[in-house]
Amino acid sequence: MQSTTTLLDPTAELQTAARQLLPRLESIAGLTVGLLDISKPRGKEFLDEVQKHLEAAGAKVKRYSKPTFTRIAPTELTQQISVECDAVIEGLAD
Amino acid sequence: MNPTLETQPVNYVLVVKKDCPTCTVIEPVIRSLAENTSLSLSVYVQDDPSFPPNLDCVVDDSSLEYSYKREIEVVPTLIRLNDKNDVHSEEARIYGWDKGQWQSFTGIEELGAELVDFKPGCGSKTQDPGMSEVLALRFGEQILQARHVELAEAEDIMEACYDRGWSDGLPVVPPTPLRVMRMLSGSEREASEIVGNAPPDNVPCTIEKIAINAVMAGCKPEYFPVVIASVEAALQDRFCMHGLLCTTYFSSPVMVVNGPITKQIGMNSGINALGQGNRANATIGRALQLIIRNVGGGVPGGIDRACMGNPGKYTYCFAEDESDDNWLSLSMDRGFQRKDSVVSLFAGDGLQPVLDQQSRTPESLAKSMAMSLRSVAHTKLFGMADAILVVCPEHRRVFREGGWSKAELRKALYEELKTPGSEIIRGADDIAEGMPVKLKDKMLDKFREDGLHIVTTGGTAGMFSAIIGGWVASGERGSQLTSQKI
Repeated sequence: MQSTTTLLDPTAELQTAARQLLPRLESIAGLTVGLLDISKPRGKEFLDEVQKHLEAAGAKVKRYSKPTFTRIAPTELTQQISVECDAVIEGLAD
Repeated sequence: MNPTLETQPVNYVLVVKKDCPTCTVIEPVIRSLAENTSLSLSVYVQDDPSFPPNLDCVVDDSSLEYSYKREIEVVPTLIRLNDKNDVHSEEARIYGWDKGQWQSFTGIEELGAELVDFKPGCGSKTQDPGMSEVLALRFGEQILQARHVELAEAEDIMEACYDRGWSDGLPVVPPTPLRVMRMLSGSEREASEIVGNAPPDNVPCTIEKIAINAVMAGCKPEYFPVVIASVEAALQDRFCMHGLLCTTYFSSPVMVVNGPITKQIGMNSGINALGQGNRANATIGRALQLIIRNVGGGVPGGIDRACMGNPGKYTYCFAEDESDDNWLSLSMDRGFQRKDSVVSLFAGDGLQPVLDQQSRTPESLAKSMAMSLRSVAHTKLFGMADAILVVCPEHRRVFREGGWSKAELRKALYEELKTPGSEIIRGADDIAEGMPVKLKDKMLDKFREDGLHIVTTGGTAGMFSAIIGGWVASGERGSQLTSQKI
């Protein structure tokens, strides 16, 4: 049945149909930002630089790394970041 | 005989299906009509365009478009047209096989002379279960107006509903156009009709939006009239849905359904009536909650500011046990008759037991219940919250055998609950909470005049009644029990 991939919007249609991003932070001052190193070479140097900028803006920074860039982050790691941080920056490629 | 027959071919359309024994029996008739030069014939076949074999005039109607548009209910159906160039220009029709009728309808005296005189037809494929909504979607007038949400190929359909924020936390039935069409078939109401404005966003709520959310809640189409009535009740000013949604208190709509419809759709008013396990109870109550969430935009942490909420905010709906003709139902208390089907909404929460296995007289049991009712909201707060006293069948029996009516029970409860203000003012019993000190010399009622409702439900074993406490903004300043005929 073709209609299984089309749904009717149950809402008042006040928002766009596309999935919504979470609300963006207005400021990072005083908040905790996680930096997730996906474990590609030289990621550390780049994130060190990012950390300096974030701290200059008043954020507290926590560092994390994925065991390997070839796979998605383990659930335990994403849960840990969601508990400990207000925002996260993840490097996606070289 | 129709004089036009002698001057020009008259067009006929015949609708058949091979699976119908009558259609196969009249195959020689079809053939003879097709070969007759005094008329011209088109044969629309619903299931197998190779039937009847080797006929040029066969049209494949396996899509059922023609059958749907001509509202064919029986095969064979023979239609005589007004205009031979327009297969929809129907002048008259006959259906089934009736030899004499076919002969006079076609003007061919010997038509089917060798066949039986009469053989009824079969149901058209358009009448197969569930088919009418499929065809209405495909070929009918476009009645669905809601925005279409196209899912990506890799999206899991159940997860997609969560991702878009449509769920109360439990899985929802994905609202496909076909399911929504089937839900709409449960009511005569127009899909585009606006029932009212849904709080908190105060946006128009159409029958279609109610249907979409009823699908997601898991309702069957036959429940749909109850869901619509519940929304109509919720949107009445006296129910105060907006305020109820915003409150930091526990309350949310509690739905009581009365009347014949409760049996027709299989609602539970017996064992575990306020518990899980009955589809109608569970999904009707959930549908109202989803409508407030999705159409109204009332989301916890957004406009819904409940400190704790209560589990009934998933669903809180049950039917009243009306097996005792001498005991008035809730809807009868509200001015309806036993034969009316009615939804009543109450702003309430939770369920507090009233265990009494010893009372065998109405007097003792009423006092016992009053003692428990005292604790609604807080034992020292009077006149703030309404309540529903849910009387179990065994307790009702105690009142009935003692000769008490429901009105007498209510009167006894009010009497028993009258309390001197001095006992419950702020500071009394060394408890800061309580009634304003200025009321210390007054005799106070626990409930306002229309603030204590009595309903019966539950299994026949167990002397366990219950209290559903109301919102602390009960009455005209907040919410009042609101009933809506279905």
